[in-house]
Amino acid sequence: MENDLSVSRLVKRFGEFTAVDDVSFDVPAGSFFSILGPSGCGKTTMLRMVAGFEEPTSGTIAIRGRDMARVAPNRRPVNLVFQHLALFPMMNVARNIAFGLERRGTPRAEIARRVERTLERVGLPGFGSKEIAQLSGGQKQRVAIARCLVLEPSVLLLDEPLGALDLKLREQMKVELKKLQAKVGTTFIYITHDQSEALVMSDAVAVMNKGRFEQVGSPQELYGDPATPFVAGFVGDSNIWEGTVRECSGQRAVIGTDEGFAFEARRRGACAPGSAVRLFLRPEAMRIEPADASGLNTFRATVKALLFDGANSRLLTVTPAEHELLVTLPQNRRFDHIRPGQEITLGWHPDSGVCFRREGGDA
Amino acid sequence: MRKVLLLLLLALVAVATTAQAETLKLLTWKGYAPKELVDKFQAETGIAVEVTYSNNEEMIAKLRATRGAGFDLAQPSQDRISSVQEEFGLYQPVDFSKIQAELFIPSMLEAVKKNTLVGGKSFAVPFCWGTSGLIVNADKAAGATSFKALLDPQFEGRVSYRLKRPTLIAMGFALGYDPFALYADPAAYQAMLDKIEQTLIAAKPLVKNYWANGDALLESMRSGEVFVAMAWDNGGWKLHAENPAIDFVAPSEGALGWIDTFAIPAKADNVEAAYKWINFMLRPENAAVFTSAENTPTASKDANAHVVADVRANFERSFPQATIDNIKWYPPVPASLEAMEGKVLDKIKAAK
Amino acid sequence: MRRARLGFWLFLAPVLAWLVLLIVLPHLDLLVMSLRSGSGSRASWTLQNYANFFGEPIYWLTFVRTAMYSVITTAITFLLAMPVAFYIAKVARVRLQGFLLTLLLLPFWVSELVRIYGWMILLRESGVVNFALLKLGLADAPVEMLYNDATMIMGLVYTSMLFMVVPLVSAVESLDDSLIEAAHDLGAGRAAIWWRIILPHCKPGITSGAIVVFMLCLGNYLTPNLMGGKNSLWFTEQIYNQFIASFNWNQGAAFGFLLLALSSAIIWIGLKITGQKLGEVAS
Repeated sequence: MENDLSVSRLVKRFGEFTAVDDVSFDVPAGSFFSILGPSGCGKTTMLRMVAGFEEPTSGTIAIRGRDMARVAPNRRPVNLVFQHLALFPMMNVARNIAFGLERRGTPRAEIARRVERTLERVGLPGFGSKEIAQLSGGQKQRVAIARCLVLEPSVLLLDEPLGALDLKLREQMKVELKKLQAKVGTTFIYITHDQSEALVMSDAVAVMNKGRFEQVGSPQELYGDPATPFVAGFVGDSNIWEGTVRECSGQRAVIGTDEGFAFEARRRGACAPGSAVRLFLRPEAMRIEPADASGLNTFRATVKALLFDGANSRLLTVTPAEHELLVTLPQNRRFDHIRPGQEITLGWHPDSGVCFRREGGDA
Repeated sequence: MRKVLLLLLLALVAVATTAQAETLKLLTWKGYAPKELVDKFQAETGIAVEVTYSNNEEMIAKLRATRGAGFDLAQPSQDRISSVQEEFGLYQPVDFSKIQAELFIPSMLEAVKKNTLVGGKSFAVPFCWGTSGLIVNADKAAGATSFKALLDPQFEGRVSYRLKRPTLIAMGFALGYDPFALYADPAAYQAMLDKIEQTLIAAKPLVKNYWANGDALLESMRSGEVFVAMAWDNGGWKLHAENPAIDFVAPSEGALGWIDTFAIPAKADNVEAAYKWINFMLRPENAAVFTSAENTPTASKDANAHVVADVRANFERSFPQATIDNIKWYPPVPASLEAMEGKVLDKIKAAK
Repeated sequence: MRRARLGFWLFLAPVLAWLVLLIVLPHLDLLVMSLRSGSGSRASWTLQNYANFFGEPIYWLTFVRTAMYSVITTAITFLLAMPVAFYIAKVARVRLQGFLLTLLLLPFWVSELVRIYGWMILLRESGVVNFALLKLGLADAPVEMLYNDATMIMGLVYTSMLFMVVPLVSAVESLDDSLIEAAHDLGAGRAAIWWRIILPHCKPGITSGAIVVFMLCLGNYLTPNLMGGKNSLWFTEQIYNQFIASFNWNQGAAFGFLLLALSSAIIWIGLKITGQKLGEVAS
């Protein structure tokens, strides 16, 4: 498959600080690619290098096979939707969208036609004569995207554009963005610190931490099969046990946790009995009062609180050693009898848990 | 609270009244109230002198704005008193019983009395006098002895004068008119002004600048940027002390003689102090202090003996008897002339 | 309610008194004066003072000249101040910003007269610049750099600079950097970014700076008089001459009002041309 964006061995240093540390990846044409990471992980720097606002210290960026070294931002076939949108307040909606075409010297009639068509595409037909200040948050969002899309870029870069919206609108825009991308077929590169945005919209997600890509994969892969403890901890919620390896067998290991449980779980990386590990377990992987406990890791815990949140409801439980664990509470009325203070049995399948070797004790 | 305010108010009033009772507010020219004499006056009489520096035009404007209030004593030139007195009533008549007439040169006292006569009363007594003529750098412009030197192409770019009425008068004489004789005939005076206007506009390329500040002019002469200037005699003498080549020259048309006076504004607060200051300043030893410092002779009869030698030498060098006899003394200016002159001066300044 | 209103008037009273006593009354006095001829008992009502302005070329030509040079000065000041303001607001680091603004303020710690004499010492024929030129062999004979229109405009620009830079700095500062980047990203080059983004954004700042500088130039007295020298009759000087030299206060007052009216008209026309309202600029 043809790649719209190809980044190889990209490094960016600001003095002593390395913002982007030897990153390589490819984005196939027409896909929705997200870079997910905490603030300060280098994702914005990465995006600005692709857009041309920062010069890489080393490494190459190629768009549709063309090397972008020393190509000014206004000459690159990429466009950027800014975090705070950066719509031009001194122009109306149509002038904002026409701005890029005017710079290219597109004839007037052609500009008018394309502006109107793009407005229809983003669901704002007839909004051309409105002033920016008259628009709602979601409408501004769409104008910002339209302003880029009208130029038919090879790659559209989006820098956390949903960050400024309120929660409800954000949920709605996630879906709309995904639909829009599917409709126009342009390659989107989307950066965010919000895992839900990345998981919902993307074909592929890169998880970035301290200037490096920890893992690149589909949302399902990241969630179900994290490659590093950082990914396991950052993507989705996890319960964590500290412990040591007792024995290794194939892809699994038996771990003795610090509070005295013995669990069997999948392992990542080399296995050495006696080495310190950290065990990650999703809240939804735990079954409450399993009818058939064979092959499962089981233990007893006390319910401390019921965290009701509709489909996302959970139990807050504590083990005898006061270790807090989140357990998904399916809303199928089977567990309506559970009350705080009750002691329950929890079980989980060894394939649901994954353990990583602890490096020096930080990770 | 109220008591504190009352006390404050009382204190303020007290301060204000003490300050007021002991001051003489003097509106005068720069240099006319040397610190030495101000201190001596205060020691003798206990009256502090509060000095405001000005010139003829601004003096009149200031007093006109307040209709003669705000100052206890002013020092306008004698030719600028009668017309503004007639029109605006800025001054009060001089009470000659309070003037020690024996201190004055009698002829000068009489002349000023006569020139400031309005409605049968005189409004000023003389203080000092001087002339304006040429300051010439003999190394660069030898032979400049007439106001015509200001129009001489050989001094192109090296000439400076003020754009004020004395220049117009000087040009009138240079062009063969007698401006003072024409004071009474506005039409003829206008004709003369038209001619002067043409002449000065034509001579504009010769001019370095129209000076506005005496110190700045002296600096231009000192640095050799200007060779010939129309200015006051004491400035020329000052430069002569530094560079013998530069000196004041009384022009062949006659130096223009002015007398600065003492006149008491109509609404003066402290008239007694004003008379005290007048008599104090005319005492020979005090007048000599002023003359020595400013190179300017006074109307004080016996001051000459107390004046330092080089100042006397200046005067004797520049003013032999024949030159003194040739001085053209400014007669009182009729009111309407100043507006005519103002327009001519504007036109000259604006011309390219 | 009634008490509150009383309080309101009590607080407003000093301001009103200030306005009426020190601004409104003197202006009314001047207005009356400008409509009279003569003074005292011989005074009568007349429009002659205003007619004189239009009838006598020397007067209105001086005004036209003054206004034209003020417009030119304003334009030059803007052209010089804009890059400076942009540098201070966007390029310089925070600590340097304060230093640069202080540097701009520095000349205003001395009076205008001293500043102009400073320039005169530099530029005069026997001045510092000529001395340097001669020493360096760049000139054979001293050149008189004072007393011409170019020098006068330079002096006016120098005096006005701060009043243009300050509103521009705050205007540029309020511009979101991402707008510039967005324009760049959308294909705009340097010129298009300045013309389409930065200048439109700064329009209110430019206008308020331009109004202040224009009015300051028009009302300046010392700079044109001292640096412009023999050829530079400025309208304020004419007003001064009417009051002080010619004792014609009526004419001077009429000139004062004409200056007020005509300069307001020029600003009104300028706002019309650029499609702005005074209220927007002031806010």
